[in-house]
Amino acid sequence: MLMMNAPKGASGDWGVMKWPAEDLKAHIGFMKRFTKALSDAGELVAAEGLASPGQARQVRAQPNGAPPITDGPFAETKEFLAGYWIVDVDSQARAFEIAAGASAAPGPGGKPLNMPIEVREVMSAPPVEA
Amino acid sequence: MTDRLNAIDESLLRDLAPQVLAAVTRRFRDFAAAEDAVQEALVAASVQWPKEGLPDNPSGWLIHVAARRMTDHVRSESARRQREELSAAEGSPDQQFAPPADAAAGERDDTLVLLFMCCHPSLTPSSAIALTLRAVGGLTTAEIAKAFLVPESTMAQRISRAKQTIKASRVPFRLPGSRDRASRLGAVLHVLYLIFNEGYATSIGATLQRVELSSEAIRLTRALHRRLAADPEVAGLLALMLLTDARRPARTGSDGELISLDKQDRRLWDRAVIADGTALISRTLPMGAVGPYQLQAAIAAVHDEAPRYEETDWPQILALYSVLQRISSNPMVSLNRAVALAMVHGAAAGLEELAVLEKDTSLAGHYRLDAVKAHLREMSGDLQGAIDCYTIAADRTTSVPEREYLISQAARLAGSDTA
Repeated sequence: MLMMNAPKGASGDWGVMKWPAEDLKAHIGFMKRFTKALSDAGELVAAEGLASPGQARQVRAQPNGAPPITDGPFAETKEFLAGYWIVDVDSQARAFEIAAGASAAPGPGGKPLNMPIEVREVMSAPPVEA
Repeated sequence: MTDRLNAIDESLLRDLAPQVLAAVTRRFRDFAAAEDAVQEALVAASVQWPKEGLPDNPSGWLIHVAARRMTDHVRSESARRQREELSAAEGSPDQQFAPPADAAAGERDDTLVLLFMCCHPSLTPSSAIALTLRAVGGLTTAEIAKAFLVPESTMAQRISRAKQTIKASRVPFRLPGSRDRASRLGAVLHVLYLIFNEGYATSIGATLQRVELSSEAIRLTRALHRRLAADPEVAGLLALMLLTDARRPARTGSDGELISLDKQDRRLWDRAVIADGTALISRTLPMGAVGPYQLQAAIAAVHDEAPRYEETDWPQILALYSVLQRISSNPMVSLNRAVALAMVHGAAAGLEELAVLEKDTSLAGHYRLDAVKAHLREMSGDLQGAIDCYTIAADRTTSVPEREYLISQAARLAGSDTA
């Protein structure tokens, strides 16, 4: 699982709001082609973009029956999960290679963003006992 | 179905699906189990027909195979059905189930009965959509799951729950009586509209592998229109779908980004489909009994008739939206009417209307309201105000292509502001 973490904008929105139109278009086009290439290669299991942190809600069950739902965005987080890919690949090296590609998505001025991409392995079922 | 089946056989299979299902349901009086059996028969056909050739009587073949699955299914419950299966296995499918003389008439009613059943008001819209696509559309669970981007097991559960709900509701397997026919037909049209909209609103970008939900909705609505040609709202819905779908080639750019109506290259619009849709709605409107689908189709036709966006007949569109607003409770109609109002009487008039709508709780906080406000502010020359509203709208939408569109609008204005 490759998790793309983006810095939070000033008002809890996406930082991309301030980008020049052309750079934004290039970025969006890059992400679409990137995901399509993974899909064409048969490596993509799932990919989702998440709604903005302003739409986030936090739920925590409480013993005293107080309202358990809090509205986002949450001040304590500087970065948030913007989206993720789940890929099915032969090696960890290939997963890192894909993550590096996503990290280098173009930003303002066409320069690579070098966003942090967190790579985590999805756990598998236990081995079959003989 | 599979790539081994050619397109003609596949469309034949999907056309036959409803009549086969109806025949099996009638014989065994168990819709839920019959639906599963017919799915298995369709899958079997998609594997065997390419190898063994098309049978002489394809629907007889499918009914036979589905019936055999059914008898397997109920064997433990009934020795009588077991004998039925044995005797059925002796003859060839074609001998056993030659099409009756009135096959055409039977098929006509079967599709209707199934549509009414699958769009039963006791089902949630998402369940009705899934069941309709499988039972009437002949799509496999895997195809439907892919179209809605959910795992196959989730979709299988949804369909199975829908069938349980229908079973529990004890709807008889026949057309609804005249008393609730109108409301039941309304539910059918709504489900078909949702299927179309799902395909139209999301047929973008990373979802290229989806089955074409819009085309499927048009196919099913066409089938319904053939059977209920005198119903003006059925014709209206079909016209609306055609007139909207005709713009599809111009609606997305090279990177799959949304292109709004004013920026579309109208040369890419499908003129033949527009002509079909326009002819249909022009024939239908004089029938009287004007309803929301006919009005939306008429509005789409006015847009499609304009050679350039600047030549759009906005006074006519405003008049149509005003009628639509009177007979429909949908707040999105009011939003669209505000845009038409601005195009006829200026941005200020549109913004005034929006201020009234903003007090309507069902629209407050909805991104569409902010998006329309942004558009009208831009029209009025308030660029900073427009950027703010595009940004708020982008933050509130949960659709990726819409968000990208709205962010791009904000960025475009920010760029022109500093230039």
